[in-house]
Amino acid sequence: MLTVSNITCSRGDRTLFRDLSFSVAAGDLLHLKGKNGSGKTTLLRSLCGLFLPESGDIRWNQTSIRALGEEYFREVVYLGHHNGIKDDLTALENLHIAAVLDGDDSDETRILAALDRIGLGGYEDLPTRVLSQGQKRRVALARLLLTKSPLWILDEPFTALDTAAVDLLQEIIREHVALGGMIIITTHQEVALTSGQARQLELDN
Amino acid sequence: MFTTFRVIVMRDLTLAMRRRTDLLTTLFFFIIVISLFPLGVGTEKAILRQIAPGIAWVAALLASMLALERLFASDFQDGTLEQMMLAPQPLSVLVLAKIAAHWLLTGLPLVLIAPLVGLQYGLSTGSLGIMMLALLIGTPTLSLVGAIGAALTLGLRGGGVLLSLLVLPLYIPVLIYGAGAVSTSATSMVDTQPYLMLLTGFMIFALVLAPWATAAALRISSE
Repeated sequence: MLTVSNITCSRGDRTLFRDLSFSVAAGDLLHLKGKNGSGKTTLLRSLCGLFLPESGDIRWNQTSIRALGEEYFREVVYLGHHNGIKDDLTALENLHIAAVLDGDDSDETRILAALDRIGLGGYEDLPTRVLSQGQKRRVALARLLLTKSPLWILDEPFTALDTAAVDLLQEIIREHVALGGMIIITTHQEVALTSGQARQLELDN
Repeated sequence: MFTTFRVIVMRDLTLAMRRRTDLLTTLFFFIIVISLFPLGVGTEKAILRQIAPGIAWVAALLASMLALERLFASDFQDGTLEQMMLAPQPLSVLVLAKIAAHWLLTGLPLVLIAPLVGLQYGLSTGSLGIMMLALLIGTPTLSLVGAIGAALTLGLRGGGVLLSLLVLPLYIPVLIYGAGAVSTSATSMVDTQPYLMLLTGFMIFALVLAPWATAAALRISSE
């Protein structure tokens, strides 16, 4: 369970949000809303441990994520604005490296199956440089199918995706929540769940 | 952890192989700088032999600087660096893997091309051997120390110039003892030992501290 208590974040002189508290438990989806510049990405990056909030506390199962360090990273997948893939490597190579880094099973058949499901079957041996924006996004999303981490932090995962891919990602999100995973997401789409609990958090300054 | 180390080294080597121009710039820069001096100074053997150690080392320093900027920059831009920071592995090990790949791509070629310096400057075979050995021990220190600077200046505007101001002064000990070893080898081979020992000492010191410092600097730069 992720517990956030009284965190305050600022960029430069501007305070983005003050004394924000919430918690996310197994089977929860937290949908962050707010206008551009309201601090959604900063909040997500703080939850990953990439950004240090000015004050407040972020705890994973009652232990501060700062104290957990790498232990915590095993529990989290973060998908940010950048796809986090190398243009000169193929989809297969990119996912292999990502799987080794995340300590997941980097078996080739498993990666190929994930690529197939995400709709990139046949594209696995092309350098991702030649893929379209949407296809690159799909390569990044394939990491979600490979990981065992319970907490997914997704920053605008639907950008650049076509309707088929949006439906597929909705389905992947539903499956993860149904299996007791946790998701924190920012998006302008509506995310429909069949099970678990969906909550919304509005960031306004 | 060893698998991760190997995978990251292989990744960086593969990336460099697919983008060979970057790789050759460093090497050609070194060769050109080395070749300019005999043209400017003249072909007097005695003078050339005397300035060779210093020039070879200064050229090596500048050449390794040249590639430093790219060490983390492209990973930073496409978000792969962020993913490395979120990997459940010690960041210092990943950083060390990147530095190792950087050295294999920029340091090792300089060691291998060093005989060319010998030809141009009329160095004896003994001195040339010492120069290659000194470069072999010294260039890893350059990559290790340079990585700290590259991490600190990551994402800054005009980071390249700042990087050289930050890192070049730290290269001075390697320059002094590296060039010293080669100069000494002209008179006595035995006397080069303390120089080489000191260079090894620097390398071990950098090997222990630099990955850790670089990892800390990366976390600060990416906030």
